Amino acid sequence: MEANVAVNSKLTRRRFIKGVIASGAAATSSGLWYAANGQSGPAGAVERMIRLNVNGQTRTVDVAPQETLASTLRYKLGLTGTKIGCNRGECGACTVLVDDITTYACSVLTHSMKGMRIETVEGLESANGDLHPVQQAFVEELSPQCGYCTPGQVMAAVGLLRANPSPSREEARQGLAGNICRCGSYDSYLDGVMRAAQIG
Amino acid sequence: MAYMHIGKDFVPPDVPGKVTGKIKYAEDYSREGMVYARLLTSPLPHAKVVNIDATEALAMEGVIGILTADDVYPDGETNSTGLKILTNNPTIVGEPILAIAAIDEKTAETALAKVSVTFERLPFVLDPLESLTEGGPDAYDGGNSFVFRQGFASEKWSADQVASFRAGNEPTAEPQQTVAYGDLEAAFASSEFVYESTFTTAGYPHQSMEPRSAMAYWEDGKLYLHGTSQSLSALANDMAGIVGVPKEDLVFINVATGGGFGQRARANSIPSMAIPAKMSQKINRPVMMRVTREEEFTFGGARVGFQGWIKTGFKADGSMAACDVYIVSDNGGKGGGGDAYSAADCISVLYQTEALRFRGTGIGTNTGHRGAQRGPGQNQIAPIISPILDKAADSLGISRLEIRKINSAMTGDVGGAQRTPFTSAYMPEALEMAASRFNWEDRQSRRRQRNGSKVIGLGIGQGYHNAGRSGMDGIVMMGPDGRLKLHNGVGNLGTYSYASTSRAAAEVLKMPWESCDVINGRTDNNLPITSPQDGSNSTFTNTRTMWGAAQDMLAKMKEIAATDLGGSPEDFDIGDERVFKIADASVGMTYAQVAQRAMELGGKFTGQSDLPEELADFTLISVGRLAGTGFMGVYHDPRHEGNPPGFTVTACEIELDTETGKYEILDMISIGECGTVLHPQGLKNQLVGGAVWGIGLSGYERHLYDPQNGLPASTGYWQSKVPTILDTPSKIQTGWVDLPDPENPVGVRGIGEPAMGAVSAALTAAISDALDGHIFNAAPITADMIVNHVAGVSSEAVPLAQNNFRG
Repeated sequence: MEANVAVNSKLTRRRFIKGVIASGAAATSSGLWYAANGQSGPAGAVERMIRLNVNGQTRTVDVAPQETLASTLRYKLGLTGTKIGCNRGECGACTVLVDDITTYACSVLTHSMKGMRIETVEGLESANGDLHPVQQAFVEELSPQCGYCTPGQVMAAVGLLRANPSPSREEARQGLAGNICRCGSYDSYLDGVMRAAQIG
Repeated sequence: MAYMHIGKDFVPPDVPGKVTGKIKYAEDYSREGMVYARLLTSPLPHAKVVNIDATEALAMEGVIGILTADDVYPDGETNSTGLKILTNNPTIVGEPILAIAAIDEKTAETALAKVSVTFERLPFVLDPLESLTEGGPDAYDGGNSFVFRQGFASEKWSADQVASFRAGNEPTAEPQQTVAYGDLEAAFASSEFVYESTFTTAGYPHQSMEPRSAMAYWEDGKLYLHGTSQSLSALANDMAGIVGVPKEDLVFINVATGGGFGQRARANSIPSMAIPAKMSQKINRPVMMRVTREEEFTFGGARVGFQGWIKTGFKADGSMAACDVYIVSDNGGKGGGGDAYSAADCISVLYQTEALRFRGTGIGTNTGHRGAQRGPGQNQIAPIISPILDKAADSLGISRLEIRKINSAMTGDVGGAQRTPFTSAYMPEALEMAASRFNWEDRQSRRRQRNGSKVIGLGIGQGYHNAGRSGMDGIVMMGPDGRLKLHNGVGNLGTYSYASTSRAAAEVLKMPWESCDVINGRTDNNLPITSPQDGSNSTFTNTRTMWGAAQDMLAKMKEIAATDLGGSPEDFDIGDERVFKIADASVGMTYAQVAQRAMELGGKFTGQSDLPEELADFTLISVGRLAGTGFMGVYHDPRHEGNPPGFTVTACEIELDTETGKYEILDMISIGECGTVLHPQGLKNQLVGGAVWGIGLSGYERHLYDPQNGLPASTGYWQSKVPTILDTPSKIQTGWVDLPDPENPVGVRGIGEPAMGAVSAALTAAISDALDGHIFNAAPITADMIVNHVAGVSSEAVPLAQNNFRG
């Protein structure tokens, strides 16, 4: 079955790794991890002030060359709704939307986000506090269990429904395939996506 | 019985925070002046720290301090296998040795690289049978086994005994533990069908989505610890002892927990939270310790693995006459758990075995921190025994559904070695419901139908776990605003039982849910003690305490009304948030007025006197802080009688590709038998979540270690695969029997663990069915095992081997 799954060709893992290497981060895998998450960057690294479009607002932030978007969002912009489950592109807990495309925030460098529209789970509620249809549907279906993967699941579902407002259940399943839920609440998340598609 | 809240869906108060990202997990907090701790962990599977030189690291700019095992255990580490805060005697790769705090993680990590630790290498072992073999390496310094209250032991079998076991024969060595009932010999003699085989089940990590990060700071002599736990007040109660702080001076903050599954139930399974607490105490700064996925894997916990032998006998009428099981438990590097006995107990309960013998020996390996994981023991044995039941049915000419009905647990039956009666049991009803809703009989015509390389398999399975404890405490409060405050110490690990069990109190007081507040999330919210939330017990245990506390408040309400309005308490009833005279409903007081009067009266009405004598210390601290601040209902729950079981039945249909070894689950239904339904959406989530775990157990989850160096080869989701949405059916049907249990005031029992066992049992039965009844005697059954079987070759390089590439 041809499922409607959005992929951002600009934001590949290969591109991410190349970016980190270019930034001079440590060569070991663990060093790579911490380099990408340092609050102020490694000794000698120069932070650069860049402007990011996050949830419709322009945010000015100092960013180290090798810093991931997940790290910037959580530790510099205080947007802790984006979770880090694995920090290496395996689990999907850090999923955000970049120009409407679902993206693992742990696997893209913040400096590559310039000029792009970043949306996190905090940006979905309307100004009057109404939940986004996906959030509302997830509440009604009690889709989350422990909730740690939920922001990522929400963003994956929002991305899917923007690309395909009326998915089949199978298409929705493919659309959430990049997001692990260790509690195993997949069935309830799918119920939530299908309800959200109805709420529109 | 018509309930106001029980059996009704509601929106648990934390759900909006989960879908908006506003709810906070431990790592989401920060604190002015916060510094960051990073861990130096053992690179070796078994070693001794000879020397630590941190001079260069501590001289670095930005480094604040260091914490070692000598700091946290000034009198030396206890001589036991359990996970320590920090250790000089690592028995697993990744075990925390020391921590360094610095102004940021990068500096801390750089400093760690400058710490020189001299290790003495010690022998390590990955396979329990290798350790059992005479002359084999031991996982611990004191031997290869640790028996509670007895200490270390060295268990050794002769090489011939191990070889005979590997060859598929009954172990002949003396076990550490033997439990038996009935006349085993006579029962086998009466059997028409006897099956005997060795078997293995794998250990594998819990893989909770939230790594066990923690943040701590001290203020005014109190420790504020942001952590992760599946048992809020129970864990805090013990964590105080681990950190070494009086219970009243520990504020444990844990609004949400990103998965537990057994490994965050008790403080001694997650002592790493004490690292930032101790470091903060030492350097007088708030300390955040972020834990990575790799670290979560290495010291975060794993299931106990089995290498076993089982012999079962069935009479001509299909009843299970005898079961003889011998299990060598892989207890890992930190001591393991009681899984093996629980497996035997599960067989006794689920199949009502006439005679049973369990023999078990627990052996350490340097393969992670093994301990309780969702259905510890019950769920390892479920996928092993289900295909055996099917083989017996086929051999005796009985349907596979019927043989399960014949051996079903029912109310009035007993189970386990202690022959404990069930509080209630409705397994036949669960089987019937699953069969009828799945059209089980009609589907039989599809069994083993072939389409090219693909073949249909049908499976039915059962799961069990004891699902209820008692002896805990309850607190409810009401202020002059008339709102009901439900103080609940249950952890928020995603079952929503912290909220759903609170509704038992609202039920008693006929209180609209909108007028209730669940008080939870941090221990300075003054919470009662609960049982550790393992073993599917929260629902049963805490509805009892919440119900009891509300009954205490109700009795006090009527007493106040009688005092103020005349008459005796029996003359009054409640409704619409009022206490009123039964004879004249216009004569009464609102709850708000009653609460106001209670505060004026004080004494027992506000928790200042006449408390239940048996309240736990932890509860007394909370009650003491609340006393005099509002109208209080307080309760100590007496012990119940009998075994409240949680049961699940699953039926599934798979299409197995004999060329690839992969299979697709075409359809699946899981039926819960857990008393009255408390919270339908929560129950459904437990059933589908348990199903996903069962799919992983039977399909692929396992531990792999490099046999050359003992290094873990599966430290993340990629190498240690957990089921994704594409590995699970698009829709899992669910249902429930919904018959009340008499030992619970609202009739409920737990379900979380059996929901997994039944699915794993149904899946291995379906795989066996698709392969003409072949039994793998293993969980997981991986694709390569299926392909090798179809090709007629063995998958086992080393029979019964575990944890490493060779097995």
